[in-house]
Amino acid sequence: MTATATRPAPAPPTWNPLSLWYSDGWTTTKRNLIKIKRTPDMLVFAVIQPIMFVLLFSQVYAGAIAVQGTDYVQFLMAGIFAQTVVFGSTFSGSAMAQDLKDGIIDRFRSLPMSSSAVLVGRTNGDLVLNTISMIIMMATGFLVGWRVNSSVGEFFAGLGLLLLFSYAFSWVMALLGMSVRSPEVINNASFIILFPITFISNAFVPIETLPDPLRIFAELNPVSALVQAARELFGNEGSAPVPDVWTLQNPVLTVLIGVVVLLVVFVPLCIRKFASISSR
Amino acid sequence: MTIIEASGLTKIYKSKTGPVHALAGLDLTVPRGTVKAILGPNGAGKTTVVKILTTLIRPDTGTAIVDGINVLDDPKAVRSIIGVSGQYAAVDENLTGFENLEMVGRLYHLGGAASRRRAQELIDLFELTAAGNRPVKGFSGGMRRRIDLAGALVFNPKILFLDEPTTGLDPRSRIALWGVINKLVDNGTTVLLTTQYLEEADQLADSIAVIDYGKVIAEGTSDELKAQIGGHRVVIALVDAADADTAREVLARYGAGEPQVSSDGRGIDVAVTDGPPALQHVLADLRTAGIQLHDAGMRRPTLDDVFLKLTGHKADMAVGENEDDKMEKVK
Repeated sequence: MTATATRPAPAPPTWNPLSLWYSDGWTTTKRNLIKIKRTPDMLVFAVIQPIMFVLLFSQVYAGAIAVQGTDYVQFLMAGIFAQTVVFGSTFSGSAMAQDLKDGIIDRFRSLPMSSSAVLVGRTNGDLVLNTISMIIMMATGFLVGWRVNSSVGEFFAGLGLLLLFSYAFSWVMALLGMSVRSPEVINNASFIILFPITFISNAFVPIETLPDPLRIFAELNPVSALVQAARELFGNEGSAPVPDVWTLQNPVLTVLIGVVVLLVVFVPLCIRKFASISSR
Repeated sequence: MTIIEASGLTKIYKSKTGPVHALAGLDLTVPRGTVKAILGPNGAGKTTVVKILTTLIRPDTGTAIVDGINVLDDPKAVRSIIGVSGQYAAVDENLTGFENLEMVGRLYHLGGAASRRRAQELIDLFELTAAGNRPVKGFSGGMRRRIDLAGALVFNPKILFLDEPTTGLDPRSRIALWGVINKLVDNGTTVLLTTQYLEEADQLADSIAVIDYGKVIAEGTSDELKAQIGGHRVVIALVDAADADTAREVLARYGAGEPQVSSDGRGIDVAVTDGPPALQHVLADLRTAGIQLHDAGMRRPTLDDVFLKLTGHKADMAVGENEDDKMEKVK
């Protein structure tokens, strides 16, 4: 410790708020991308688990579950995509809780950076992880016989819709993570929420096979709309009539409205929460 | 000229056993370009003061001005002139030492090239060269601590806040850090640090504020504080506890206060204003009285002595625990 400390240049005065926001968001995103690269269990979760789900569901249930007008693998894939991106958003929750526990939130909050940058970087990290998962799952699905029966434009619209929903949902989980403050609790708690909303839906079985109370929940479940939208955009919907519920009759619009509502509500809540939290 | 001015700060945390008054009307001023140490035991409110001044938490009442900026009104402006190292190493486990520091530089908006240059300088300064390019995950506690401290120096700050900076550092790193701090102060940086060690406050600080139960209970230079409690303490250990009363009288003769007798009746110590001659007198008188000793010597006053003198209670009320571990924030 003998070198002398030199004074680095101060912030260039030409930086406007927007470019600072962009720069801070990119810096924190890079942090999360490095984390993905260096945390093997995260990559396992993002890569191995989707492969496992595709193989398990397609091989185990294909013979048992009948879907009108198409085979089960075609029907299943949109459901698994939706489930995986929803589960993937929990990383934001546990990562925010972990950051609080580690004390690095205090470092960030004492820096003159954009107040949303840590959250932007975090949710961007989820988006990248979910994109990787989607590509892996699509390749696996293709191997077990899944085919896209729509145009290229519709395919990308479906992919975009799934990722958009997962991105919005990441903000919900980030708020939960900052409120709960314990990565272990958030992992357990999120499953209590995520299993019902992904399984009590049209993701794995046709909705009309469910008993009444669950069917009503499933029809109104936003995840059902997401699955329905993806199924239609990938051309996997079969010939079964869509339940006569507005959200399932207009699934793409429903998902888009849902995304906007989630972002409008949870982004400001997250930023406000972030401005008042401190480690331990 | 004053650079930090806090007055009437209060903060109440909710805990399982009821509300805890972390700060109970704390006033603090720090002159520009000086080092101020906040000395106090765990749970006294040291971390809470630092968190308020560094914009991390808001006080329930009171005001805090840092370099003319009201902390509550414009936290972002405060953040652009301070460097902070908290009690826990605030580093990203998955980034290397270099990447951690580069990230902090970019978030201070130094730009890419300057951030990398500064990160490398600090890696060298804190002797982290070998570990600079490995993820922090594999680092020892002391190395994490040094990266965190380096993080506080990425942007040569106007004011440096260090919350128990040498906790968890080996003696060599501790002395090296003291060197770095002294150099910064020579260049005009103001430093506010918290510590549990009187020796550290003594080494670094121009002025010391002793706090207890969220209030400043004494303030002054280290010499002024020591004058209050005596410069040294003469400590003896008796072979036979039956000699305690006689020995106590001898110590009282040369001491600056009441001698303290340990619970087993064989250890006695007293504050003295002039250590070596006092020790010589004590030993001569004890010899004349025919009292046998296991051990005898002088020691510097510790935080315990300061506390015992100033508050009448020991400073070990929460040793090993952090004040915030036991408390949940009200909001």
